[in-house]
Amino acid sequence: MTEPLVTLENLTVAFDDRPAVDHVNLNVHRGDIITIIGPNGAGKTTLIKAILGIQKATAGKVHLDRQMVIGYVPQHLVLESTLPLNVERFMALSGRSSEECKAALARTGVQHLLKASVHHLSGGERQRLLLARALARKPDLLVLDEPAQGVDINGQASLYELIRQLRDELNCGVLMISHDLHLVMAATDKVICLNQHVCCSGYPADISHDPAFIETFGHQVAESVAVYHHHHNHRHDLHGDVVRSQQPRPTEGHEECSGHAHH
Amino acid sequence: MPIIDTILDDFFWRALIGGLGVALVAGPLGCFVVWRRMAYFGDTLAHSALLGIALSFLIRVPLNVGVVLTCVVLAVALVLFSRVKALATDTLLGILAHSALAIGLVTLSFMPDVRVDLTGLLFGDLLAMSRNDLLWIYGGALLIMVLVITLWRGLLMSTIHPELARVEGVPVERLRLVLVLMFSIVIAVAMKIVGVLLITALLIIPAATARRLAQNPEQMAGIAIIFGFIAVSGGLSLSWYLDTPAGPSVVVTAFLAFVLVYSSARKSRA
Repeated sequence: MTEPLVTLENLTVAFDDRPAVDHVNLNVHRGDIITIIGPNGAGKTTLIKAILGIQKATAGKVHLDRQMVIGYVPQHLVLESTLPLNVERFMALSGRSSEECKAALARTGVQHLLKASVHHLSGGERQRLLLARALARKPDLLVLDEPAQGVDINGQASLYELIRQLRDELNCGVLMISHDLHLVMAATDKVICLNQHVCCSGYPADISHDPAFIETFGHQVAESVAVYHHHHNHRHDLHGDVVRSQQPRPTEGHEECSGHAHH
Repeated sequence: MPIIDTILDDFFWRALIGGLGVALVAGPLGCFVVWRRMAYFGDTLAHSALLGIALSFLIRVPLNVGVVLTCVVLAVALVLFSRVKALATDTLLGILAHSALAIGLVTLSFMPDVRVDLTGLLFGDLLAMSRNDLLWIYGGALLIMVLVITLWRGLLMSTIHPELARVEGVPVERLRLVLVLMFSIVIAVAMKIVGVLLITALLIIPAATARRLAQNPEQMAGIAIIFGFIAVSGGLSLSWYLDTPAGPSVVVTAFLAFVLVYSSARKSRA
């Protein structure tokens, strides 16, 4: 197996001694799509900010591949109304050539907005602009914080599909936070359910049966998610993962922390 | 060159040339003040300039040096303090702005030997511009222009989205310090023209006026410079012909331009 792009070792981020992220271990490889789900305040955003170097780790380690280019799609693009800015200029600030910027905009389907003011974009257009911005950098790792926010339901499905295609085109790793459980389950390789600590992780089909998952999200969500059965493509096998079996495997497969009581 | 000498012998021309130099850098920096909502921050630094003057007399350093140093120290203190989230930023700024001004005034009153023109310091003085000041202004302006132009992309990116900028390798924190340093220099050199109390106006009003007409950030900075020129030349002329105080006249001119632009231009905002 190739070296992981990101390795977290017992990563802990605490605010006033209260851990927002508690002893998280995680590997992200090229070609992975890993989705972090979890209730509000579970530390999802804090976790990715620690990976991005925006948030300092209290304890534990974040190892990043040194050569790696990270494309970051933040949760929001809130632009001060006093700052005049159009899409073209915003893209150019990435420092990439105009051709690369236009190609990235075309790839996310917003090339027609080149001259539009960023202030006038809808929520979905902004998300696609931010994605194009990350794409123009030709990232090895794409990190997305709730990429489908403000996108309508049809748009959400196509956005996740686009992310999956981009993973194939760029052969990059993808790490994202999402609330759109049913869509995520269909579009992702591995799900990590975070509630400060990793409460369970694994393939989508498994996780929906996990008691820890059901405890966090309730029966209804778990049942609705289970319907969206994830069909494995064979990418995972190439990366050394055995085809999913009923047996939980110690590292890459279905993991579960020993219980919630002591956390 | 005799012509230049003749011009520089005239205090009005000295003030005008100095004022234009200040407006040149106040344009782009004012845009950052507006974009980053740092108006109150700028005010606080400007108020501390008076403390800087008092300290310069105490430790016998040139006024400009004392003012820049005081502003830089206060600015760094502010940046550090603001990380301790016990007080809201505007409360903290309010405390420091007025305390610095008051400490400055009290300190000056303890130095009866030092004759300072307080009104001139607070509101600007047309007569106060010396050839030496011009050197300071254009030295400072050159430094700031070089910094702003070379660091433009990083400064703009960290203004638009600091976290995205950091991920893309922009040294956001360091640029913040550079920006604060540039504010300190502008305050030190602009003090002579518009006075401590009105410096922020010279930064904000032309930039806000330019916002109405600009389509992109660079245009906004350029147009802000033009409105700064208009404010300075109009204001100083007003001061010369009607014997009004220099600083307030400049600000009034800037304000008139602002009202004119906002009431006439009915175009959609970009």
